Amino acid sequence: MSFVFDARVAERRFDVALTVEPGETVAVLGPNGAGKSTLLGLAAGLLRADSGRASLGRTVLFDADTGVFTPPHSRGVSLLAQDALLFPHLTVLENVAFGPRSAGLGTAESHAVARRWLDEVEASDFAARRPAQLSGGQAQRIAVARALASDPQLLLLDEPMAALDVSVAPAIRRMLRRVLADRTVVVVTHDILDAFTLADRVVVVDRGTVVEQGRTREVLERPRHPFTAGLAALNLLVGVRTERGIRLDDGSEIVGADSGVEVGVRAAAAMRPSAVRVSIDEPHGAANRVLAPVHDLEPRGDLVRVRSLHVAADVTPALVADLDLGLGSPVWFAFDADDVAVYPA
Amino acid sequence: MTYGGVPRWVAVVAAVGALFVLLPLVAMVTRVNWAEFVPLVTSESSVSALWLSLRTSLAATALCIVLGVPMAIVLARSRFPGQKVLRSLVLLPLVLPPVVGGIALLYTFGRRGLLGQSLDVLGITVAFSTTAVVIAQTFVALPFLVLSLEGALRTVGTRYEAVGATLGAGPTTVLRRITLPLVLPALVSGAVLSFARALGEFGATLTFAGSLQGTTRTLPLEIYLQRETSPDTAVALSLVLVVVAVVVVGLAHQTAAGTYLRGRVTP
Repeated sequence: MSFVFDARVAERRFDVALTVEPGETVAVLGPNGAGKSTLLGLAAGLLRADSGRASLGRTVLFDADTGVFTPPHSRGVSLLAQDALLFPHLTVLENVAFGPRSAGLGTAESHAVARRWLDEVEASDFAARRPAQLSGGQAQRIAVARALASDPQLLLLDEPMAALDVSVAPAIRRMLRRVLADRTVVVVTHDILDAFTLADRVVVVDRGTVVEQGRTREVLERPRHPFTAGLAALNLLVGVRTERGIRLDDGSEIVGADSGVEVGVRAAAAMRPSAVRVSIDEPHGAANRVLAPVHDLEPRGDLVRVRSLHVAADVTPALVADLDLGLGSPVWFAFDADDVAVYPA
Repeated sequence: MTYGGVPRWVAVVAAVGALFVLLPLVAMVTRVNWAEFVPLVTSESSVSALWLSLRTSLAATALCIVLGVPMAIVLARSRFPGQKVLRSLVLLPLVLPPVVGGIALLYTFGRRGLLGQSLDVLGITVAFSTTAVVIAQTFVALPFLVLSLEGALRTVGTRYEAVGATLGAGPTTVLRRITLPLVLPALVSGAVLSFARALGEFGATLTFAGSLQGTTRTLPLEIYLQRETSPDTAVALSLVLVVVAVVVVGLAHQTAAGTYLRGRVTP
C-alpha cells in the first residue's frame, strides 16, 4: 500500500510532502529540528496537521479539509522509537503479543505469532524475561519484533540505532535490513550508513521542508544541498558548467571529470575530502588549487578534517603538526580533475 | 560514596519531632487496662462499631476507586478550560473541616437537600443511614486517591500509551493493559490511604449520618461516646484503631516501593 503524505504545521514551520511506494523503504535525513519527528508524529496520529492530507492505501489517515482524523490505533501504522519502550509490566513474549492481542487474537494464537517474530529477530531465548532484565540491543530487537507482530501497513522507525552501543548497532542494522525487505517503511535517521543499508530512497529535510530526494545512491553520491553533502562527507561546490568543469560564483574555475552536463547549465561539483591535499606553498601540477584560511580543524579518528569555508581535506595529524596549522592559517587545497564529479545542480 | 553531613542541631530537632508524634501513643498504651482488654473490645457495641467501620470504609474505598480513577485520568491526561480550578476544588475536602463537609453533604443529600428532595420523592432517604456514612467517608477520602494517582500518571507519561496505540490498541485497551498496570502501585497506595482516612472519619459522619448504634456509629464515634462513660473502653478501642492504622501505612509504604519505574526504565 502506498503512503501519500502532504501536510503543514504552522507552529513548527513544517511543510513536507512525500510518497512511499508499496514495499519501499524511504530514509528521511535531516539535522536536528528539521521536522523529522513531526513527520512521524503526524503519520502515526500523535500530532495533528493544520492543513494537508495523508493516506495509506485506501485509508485516509487524516484530511484537514474534511476534518477526517483516523485515530492512531486504527491506522495500521506502527512506530518504533529510539528507546525500545517495552512495557515494563509485561514479559517479552507478552510485549510482542500485544499487537496481535489488540487485533482480537486469543492468548494462544497471539503467543504463537509473538514466538514467530521473536525467532525472526533471534530473541526467542528472552521470551520469559522482563524488559528490565534486557540490554539495550536485546530490547531494541524485541521492540522491532513487537512492531512487526502488529502487522503494520506502514512502519515508522525513529532513529532506531541512535540509542544503541556502537558494538551492537551493526547486528541490529543487518536484522532490520532482513525484516524490512518488501515492507513499506519510513526511517528517520542522521546516520548515512542506515540510509545506505536500509533505504531505497532518501528524502532530505531541512527547516521543515524537503530540500532534495531521490534514489539513495544518487542523492548521497551526488548531493545538491550542503546538508546532504555534509552527511555524505563530500565537498560540494556549485556553479555554471564550463568546457573543463564549473565556474563558481566568485569567478574561479574548478576543473572536473568529463560528464554529460551541457555548458552553461547550473552544475555541482563534488569530491571526497580524502582526495584533497593541503600545503603551505603553492602546489604545482594539481589541476585545482584553492587558497583559503583554515576555518575548522576536526579530529576524526586517525585523520584530521581541515576545513575552509568551501573545501575540506582529510590529512594526517602529523601533517597538521608539521604545517603548524591553526585557525585562520592560509593554506592551499589541491585536488585533481579526475576526483571531481560534475553533475547537474 | 554519599555525603551525610546532617548538622547535629537538625538531628536534635528531628528527634524532638519524632517524640512529639510517638509520645502520645506511648502515653495511651500505658493507660490500656490489659486485664479487661479483650472483654472491652469484644463487647456488643464495640464489635458492632468496628464491624460497621470496616464495612463502610471498604465500601468508601471501592467508591473512591470507581470515581477517583477516572477523575485522576481526566486531570492528568486531558486539557480543558478551568482544569486548574477543578483540581483545586476536587482537593477541597482535604483542607475543609470535616464538620463543614458534613453540613455540605446534609444540604445535598439530606431530606431537604439539593438532591435529597428528589431522592425523597423516589422513597430513598440517605441522611442518618449507613449509606450516609459511606458518602461522608468517600467525600473526605476521595482526594487522597485522586492526588496520588494523578501524580503517578504524570510521572509515567504518555510514551508507553502512544506505543500501545500505534500497535493497534484502542483507548480502553490502552487504559486497561498499559496505563493502569503501570500506575498500579500508586493506585494501591492511594486506595490504602483512602481506606485509612475513611476509617478515621469522624466530623462529617457525625454531622451527616448521626450516631445510631449498628447503623451509623463507626469506631471513632464509639470511642468518643465511650470516653464519657467508660474511659477504659475508649482507650482499648483507640489502640485497635492505632494498630489498624499502622498496618495500613505499612502496606501503603511497601506497595509504593514496588513500582516498575525504579531502575532502568526512563520516564
